[in-house]
Amino acid sequence: MSRSSSRPLFDGYLDPRRPHAQAYDEMFDPVDGVRTAYKRLHDSLTPLQPADLTTRAEALDRALVDQGITFSLSGEERPFPLDLVPRVITAAEWSRLERGVVQRVRALEAFLADIYGEQQIVADGVLPRRLITSCEHFHRQAAGIAPPNGVRIHVAGIDVVRDEQGDFRVLEDNLRSPSGVSYVMENRRTMARVFPDLFAKHRVRAVGDYAVHLLRSLRAAAPASVTDPNVVVLTPGVYNSAYFEHSLLARQMGVELVEGRDLLARNNVIYLRTTEGDQRVDVIYRRIDDEFLDPVHFDPDSVLGVAGLVNAARAGNVVIANAIGNGVGDDKLIYTYLPEILKYYLGETPLLPNVDTYRCWLPAEQTEVLDRLDELVTKPVEGSGGYGIVFGPDASPKELQAQRRRIKANPRGWIAQPVVQLSTVPTKVGERLQPRHVDLRPFAVNDGDDVFVLPGGLTRVAIPEGSLIVNSSQGGGSKDTWVLAPRASGEDAELRGPGLGTSVRSDSTSTPERGPELNVAQQQQQQ
Amino acid sequence: MLARNAESLYWIGRYVERADDTARILDVSVHQLLEDATVDADTASRRLLAVLGITPPDGSELDVWGLTELVAMSPETGSIVSSIASARENTRVAREVVSSELWHCINSMWNAVPERQRAARRVGPHEFFTFVEDRAAMFAGLADSTMSRDDGWRFLVLGRSVERVDMLVRLLMSRVGDRPTSPGWVTVLRSAGAQDTYLRTYRGALDASRVVQFLLLDRLFPRSVFHALQQAESCLDDLDHGPSARIGAGAEAARLLGKARSDLEFLRPADLLDDLTGRLQALQTTVREVGEAVSRQYFHTVPWIEWNNAEVNL
Repeated sequence: MSRSSSRPLFDGYLDPRRPHAQAYDEMFDPVDGVRTAYKRLHDSLTPLQPADLTTRAEALDRALVDQGITFSLSGEERPFPLDLVPRVITAAEWSRLERGVVQRVRALEAFLADIYGEQQIVADGVLPRRLITSCEHFHRQAAGIAPPNGVRIHVAGIDVVRDEQGDFRVLEDNLRSPSGVSYVMENRRTMARVFPDLFAKHRVRAVGDYAVHLLRSLRAAAPASVTDPNVVVLTPGVYNSAYFEHSLLARQMGVELVEGRDLLARNNVIYLRTTEGDQRVDVIYRRIDDEFLDPVHFDPDSVLGVAGLVNAARAGNVVIANAIGNGVGDDKLIYTYLPEILKYYLGETPLLPNVDTYRCWLPAEQTEVLDRLDELVTKPVEGSGGYGIVFGPDASPKELQAQRRRIKANPRGWIAQPVVQLSTVPTKVGERLQPRHVDLRPFAVNDGDDVFVLPGGLTRVAIPEGSLIVNSSQGGGSKDTWVLAPRASGEDAELRGPGLGTSVRSDSTSTPERGPELNVAQQQQQQ
Repeated sequence: MLARNAESLYWIGRYVERADDTARILDVSVHQLLEDATVDADTASRRLLAVLGITPPDGSELDVWGLTELVAMSPETGSIVSSIASARENTRVAREVVSSELWHCINSMWNAVPERQRAARRVGPHEFFTFVEDRAAMFAGLADSTMSRDDGWRFLVLGRSVERVDMLVRLLMSRVGDRPTSPGWVTVLRSAGAQDTYLRTYRGALDASRVVQFLLLDRLFPRSVFHALQQAESCLDDLDHGPSARIGAGAEAARLLGKARSDLEFLRPADLLDDLTGRLQALQTTVREVGEAVSRQYFHTVPWIEWNNAEVNL
């Protein structure tokens, strides 16, 4: 691809010696050149000089720091690195992805309702009982708590990647409290400010109204007897890594951002301590893990939670979103059974395939995993942030030996997958654009009637060369994700239809008044 | 105080507020146009120009850049740059009655314009809008902390409040034809810097009629029409050193403002949307008349230009 130096940014981009050269590059097709989705973007980027790009990158960083868009890593506030080059998804690709995400959320809702209810799927022998009971996030405390509108997964983040063929595959589901949506919104705002000319040439679908959908879903979840539900966002506090997101969502929804110490339970009702006395709370959008939620039922040492919260939820006086015990739905071992779950509840086959996975708890598959440990990726079934993952090809014999012991000691705790070469997107590294691996986390909001998927989602990018781990805790950055609007979009109708009043035509009365100005004679004579 | 200085202060207040509000309106409109693919840039730009009272160019289709160029960068009447220049010119004329810090603020703002324009052309218009908004905020802060609360201060605040009403009415007019469900109503709030307060007041429920209510009637939010009218009225009240009238209002400007304020004050909120356009137009007319009445009453605008070429007429 090193055709000439007139396009310095893409110099040496498709170097065949780069690591993971077989990965799918989203901008360049090795045979046909630039893919259609990226054509305009490529054309706008090509004439830019490296210095130009650096100026923009600096403006971008400054904007992020000024707005306080940060995450904390080991207690230190850092800007979440945002890459200059957006990631583009065409309308057709998106509509497939969207359908797949919605299907998954519906199946998992049905699964959770069943698991914390009759457990019919176990009774019918589709899933082994010990698969459920051995899951660390299966909470008996949640059994029998029936949410008023049946929704347990108010917000889901489904992590997808593109494999070597460019097909989307689900890497994992996040049903507890998936974070990152604030970066989706803020990345877009910041990009529009710093790189406005790129937007002018594309029709990108807006992401700014996420909070409206979230609030609608949370209000819809309220106990049936409440007419004007009081919604709050429960945060662990200012030291949490996602605190920025908690405050942003609370601000955009216009609801109170509370900590555990701001709430109290009395007679199975949750109240908010305010200067005007106690105020009843109906829906809690919590961003605290189950284990810390209620010291009565979970970790008794928790200082973040509210004693009595679970009982209040069971009494139907408050709704916790996302529901307690959702972790059983995003366990990575249960993930491998998702095709069965989909078939059982919806009678459908998955629209989005899983990544091939070996289950270490089945003796036959465990043997194969242990044999091929040096070529597989082994992951703990629970946990996030990229912690505990071992890349077979990169690990030393000593590390592999330790891993082998860990798997044998706790086969339920591990799964193994072949190394998926995540797709690559041009990313600014130094003075040039280089292929870097990305994943995508679309966010789905379920209000009981519809599952809304925010067009776009969080694209995370692994900055170190050859790295396949995109987690921000492991040095990952993010990209603005553009879902292009379909060409014949029906959404133009928005400006039509009756308005609040009649539009005004301009007339002479609308010219702004001016103050007195000295005339020429005055100006001259004053000299 | 000298009528000429009073007039300058009044216009400084108006021009600075005008530059600030225009920048705010444009900032959110431009970014909405960029971010929301479903909006037709040309129609939206022309509507905005009409409301700001700037003659749209014929023929060529307007996009975000054309709009910014016209409203922000060009020295044409009504643009941000022209407001900054006029504010500076008025401050220069009234140097001895404004504090040095205030003059310094305006003058350095004016001097920095070309450089900020270049930066904006390089990295996007937001750069320029933030600059204007920041400087306007700085101006307000310096005026607040360095000016005595005498008549000069009152004229400055009067100008600012009158202009605020005018700009808010224009802002609402630019949206009045939108459907109540249009996402454009968020941008109205954002232009007025009212999004956070509104969301907290109404608990996130975004509703066009509430947005209009909030911006026209809210008693606590300083950028609401009601609040600005009230402030202008109290300035005029304090400026009026004449014997108190026992029948009717003392002066025409005070009468007009008081009437507009009480119209809003005692309006049933539910009735606000009946003939919203008419109401907004009436407010705009009031603002114009107030401006004229103030200048007749205090600035004695019978022009000394009359003496120009006097000998010819003799």
